[in-house]
Amino acid sequence: MAVATSERPNRQVDGGFRAPVGNTVRERFTQLVLFLATCVALVVLVTLLVDIVRDGVGGLSLNFLTQYTSRVAENAGIRAGLTGTLSLMVLVALMTFPLGVGAALYLEEFAPRNRWTRLLEANINNLAGVPSIVYGLLGLSVFVFFLGFGRSLITGALTLTLLVLPVVIVASREALRAVPREIRDGGLALGATPLQVALRQTLPAAIPSILTGMILSLSRAVGETAPILVAGAVGSRRADNEPWNLSEAYTAIPIQIFDFVKRPQEEFQIQVASAAIIVLMTLLLFMNSAAIIIRNRYARNR
Amino acid sequence: MDQRTSTQSQPTTQPIRLETGTAARTEQPTAGSAWSKDTGAGAAPDRSATRHDVVFQARDVSVHYGSAPALVNVSLAIRQREITAFIGPSGCGKSTFLRCFNRTNDLIPSARITGQIDYHHQNLYAKDVDAVEVRRRIGMVFQKPNPFPKSIYDNLTFGPKVNRMKVDFDEVVETSLRRAALWDEVKGKLKQNAYSLSGGQQQRLCIARALTVDPEVILMDEPCSALDPIATAHIEDLMRELEHDYTIIIVTHNMQQAARVSDRTAFFTAEVESENDDRRFGRLVEIGDTSMIFSNPNDRRTEDYISGRFG
Repeated sequence: MAVATSERPNRQVDGGFRAPVGNTVRERFTQLVLFLATCVALVVLVTLLVDIVRDGVGGLSLNFLTQYTSRVAENAGIRAGLTGTLSLMVLVALMTFPLGVGAALYLEEFAPRNRWTRLLEANINNLAGVPSIVYGLLGLSVFVFFLGFGRSLITGALTLTLLVLPVVIVASREALRAVPREIRDGGLALGATPLQVALRQTLPAAIPSILTGMILSLSRAVGETAPILVAGAVGSRRADNEPWNLSEAYTAIPIQIFDFVKRPQEEFQIQVASAAIIVLMTLLLFMNSAAIIIRNRYARNR
Repeated sequence: MDQRTSTQSQPTTQPIRLETGTAARTEQPTAGSAWSKDTGAGAAPDRSATRHDVVFQARDVSVHYGSAPALVNVSLAIRQREITAFIGPSGCGKSTFLRCFNRTNDLIPSARITGQIDYHHQNLYAKDVDAVEVRRRIGMVFQKPNPFPKSIYDNLTFGPKVNRMKVDFDEVVETSLRRAALWDEVKGKLKQNAYSLSGGQQQRLCIARALTVDPEVILMDEPCSALDPIATAHIEDLMRELEHDYTIIIVTHNMQQAARVSDRTAFFTAEVESENDDRRFGRLVEIGDTSMIFSNPNDRRTEDYISGRFG
């Protein structure tokens, strides 16, 4: 042992531990560039927000939320859009949850690993990337015309469900895959059937992540304009209906914003539209916060 | 309990076994011969005479993953109310073999099992045998403690619930925790998440969980490999306690552990398939009383392995 150490060259630290000058400069410079890249994105976002809040905050009032739209800017409200968006959200959630989670459970827990399953998986992943307007056209041809639902709330909800379903399936599968294999083994070793293990152990363990994915996809659906515009949402007073009437005409906040911006009067284009945007963004902010809260609570419980 | 012939023999053998266990743990012997359990050897014939009923009889069991053999032609018998240890180097198929006893390998799509394993003269791999029912009768404890991410209470009621056992859940929870020597530590916090327990406690919870469905056999796949020596000692004491009512098979990398807890030991080895192929598959070298395997094995390879000359 002593011989071995004496044979080793005796390394001395003669230059101390200072880094070569070039390294430090390059390091600093790169970090600065990366920081500036972050700033560009942030500055644009902040400018946008400030601009919208400045334009729209004057138009916000309780009346704005409770009144239907009007030809006069002071009387215009987004009641129809708000109820429409909320109804859409609930309907889409009710349809997406069982379908999305069911498909994810099948694919992740039960599907045989063969060519057919792989084809199915590839298709679902691709569907998640299809442009939303395509779903709008699908909704128009299938729900409006073929199934004869017309330009109604249920058509919009079904169209948005199709839009978010692939994303929810993919997110749910990832959530299920993140549940440790050992949990399933433990359940099976007690004589539980694979179905019992999936429904009583794997799924409950994955639910927080699944919910997070669901909420994030829903908030995407809520902000979508193109598909429901094509699939029959209306921006005018024809959408002044009761919420929850599945067969009635409907509108949503993004559609109303689009409608306001199209109008000739400047008050509509700027103040009313900005106020509606604030409402929509607040709604999205709440949904995303809910997703984060659920995720954090889950992380703490682990 | 009921099948033990002499009730007087139990008090005499029991303290002796515990003593050998602790002695082996403190001395940490290094040579194979030092592990022989003198007292254990004295008790062994007595034991085998009273309970040599065969629970499992494996005949020519081979397991392939895809086309690669993992384990080839293993035949051995597992006796009732004994602890049988499977030892051997990595890749020798001992865990794979263990998983054959409750048909856990069925869950791996590429796994193919040939041969026959009889459980009380009933072939586990017969067509009309339901793997789920097999797993209920033959419990398993895994390498890593794997409690469900739920309360301690819910961990223990899951088995009885899915098996629709008509039992008082509170009673099952208490009995199983007492048997797993965990009751005193957790009785005040049954509603707490099982993840709040220490690793050793989690593993005892997993053992308690296996007991809730009243299995006859408990398979243990390196149950102490993730635990510290104190938690390991707890589990080993527990195993010797459970041995009175359950048949236990344990896979372990720790030879002292095999020597300390088991009645019989099976030594597996990994063989290279051919010169130009690196793939390994497992074979059973020999099985015998633990004292014999560790002091006077029949096979040279066993002796080399347990005395550290392996390789």
